[in-house]
Amino acid sequence: MTLDPAAKLAIDIARIRKDFPILDREVRPGVPLVYLDSAATSQKPAQVLDAMRDYYERHNANVHRGIHTLAEEATAIYEGARAKVATFVNASSPSEIVFTKNSSEALNLLAHVLPFGPGDDVVVTEMEHHSNLVPWQLATQRTGATLKWIGLTDDGRLDLDDLDRVITERTKVVSFVHQSNLLGTINPVDAMVAKARSVGARVVLDCSQSVPHMGVDVQALGVDAIAFTGHKMLGPTGIGVLWAPLARLEEWPPFLGGGEMIDEVTMAGSTWAVPPHKYEAGTPPIAEAAGLGAAVDYLTDVGMDAVRVHEHELTAYALEQLQSIEGLRIIGPPTAEMRGGAISFALGDLHPHDVGQLLDEHGIAVRVGHHCARPACLRYGVPATTRASVHLYSSTEDIDALVEGLRQVKVFFGA
Amino acid sequence: MSVDSMYQEIILDHYKNPHHKGLREPYDAQVHHLNPTCGDEITLRVSLDGENVADVSYDSEGCSISQASASVLTDLVIGRSVAHGQAAYDAFVELMQSKGQLEPDEDVLEDAVAFAGVSKYPARVKCALLAWMAWRDAVLQAAADVSGSAS
Repeated sequence: MTLDPAAKLAIDIARIRKDFPILDREVRPGVPLVYLDSAATSQKPAQVLDAMRDYYERHNANVHRGIHTLAEEATAIYEGARAKVATFVNASSPSEIVFTKNSSEALNLLAHVLPFGPGDDVVVTEMEHHSNLVPWQLATQRTGATLKWIGLTDDGRLDLDDLDRVITERTKVVSFVHQSNLLGTINPVDAMVAKARSVGARVVLDCSQSVPHMGVDVQALGVDAIAFTGHKMLGPTGIGVLWAPLARLEEWPPFLGGGEMIDEVTMAGSTWAVPPHKYEAGTPPIAEAAGLGAAVDYLTDVGMDAVRVHEHELTAYALEQLQSIEGLRIIGPPTAEMRGGAISFALGDLHPHDVGQLLDEHGIAVRVGHHCARPACLRYGVPATTRASVHLYSSTEDIDALVEGLRQVKVFFGA
Repeated sequence: MSVDSMYQEIILDHYKNPHHKGLREPYDAQVHHLNPTCGDEITLRVSLDGENVADVSYDSEGCSISQASASVLTDLVIGRSVAHGQAAYDAFVELMQSKGQLEPDEDVLEDAVAFAGVSKYPARVKCALLAWMAWRDAVLQAAADVSGSAS
């Protein structure tokens, strides 16, 4: 990925933080919030909250039905958000953007509609979030296909030596994560896609942790589908995105049935609406789309190159500072190269629950646990990790507070 | 609410020097319990001698609260009647559900009264209960096996 060196200047951290009201709150009297759990969910700028409030206060109506003014306005807001998202990821057309509930629903959809059966293989990796593992487990069990996976190296990368062994002529789907939520690793999409293409397999990319943090161009990726979620990219919960080329969305069968996704219905059977509506059964998340559209505007205004540079520098700083703590072990790549800002670590023998509890005492919010990636935790011999993760509003002061907090945790437990 | 109310000295002592840890023979039942949200695990064995608990041994991995809780549990039940252990279980579960509103009975719970503060932290109650749930499961299985083989 090439970065514009001048982009760094575009991030005015003090101005950005003013847009996020929650960053001003205290966790307890005198204890300000230090939010380092953005990989779990990002905070929301006032612009997103305003867009959702404005929708409900001024335009609330159901979409794609009725001809009254509010219905037209609501439809324009909803379809406008779809167009914004399409531009954001460089889709050829807004029709290639399907709104789902979240990434998990988008990945479940793909696991249902992609064709494979007995004798076929579906390939994932050992660093998948459960949302890109369990749907494929269910689908292969249901269809009689076989699930295989690519292993990991000790420093948190995909073991590409595994590629030729795991991806074969039997492979019909290769589904993997763009950026790991547990390890922070950014995976080599080109190498994976080339191998998958050489055997004629479809490629699915879980972009839940990449679209919020770097410019993602679906046409440059060369994959068949991606999934991501609104709430990790400054938007609300309850809305996710599936992107796939229009030809694929036309070719694949429907997933959920109901209103909105049909063309003609009789008691004997139905025909399907054209994409994306074919995959949007029922009343969609309209206010959430308004919020997501505003989030995309916000990120576009800042610039995804600027976001990426800021987070890259913060990640490099955090890795350096964290590794200055005696007994702290990074679980994942130890340097910022091909890596995002989700940093998992072990602090001596202390359990992450104890670390997280003590950090909370200092107002520092991190995630502890297996981060819905238990197989990867098992791979690295830890039951759980402590994870700090940043977004565009995170600052070096946040990292300094974390490091100081961790030093105090060690003192408390005499570690 | 201060974190010191949770991390009592008694708890930290049991965490650093757990009692009765390690898996031992013989045993009548063995169970494996897991806290899926955090990955804490325990394998726990119960050995009965008639109406009494001859031994409880365990191997576990987890946070200070879950480790100390297992240690305190074994102190409370080993060498005493199964009925006593059940009473301690009932009292401990009630304490954990109390959200810090219950004054625990030290005669029944002994060192386990130190966990009163944990009940104010909903996310940590499961940590404290892990060993106790395993204990109840194992003792029910052991009692069923013992009565089954006696008939």
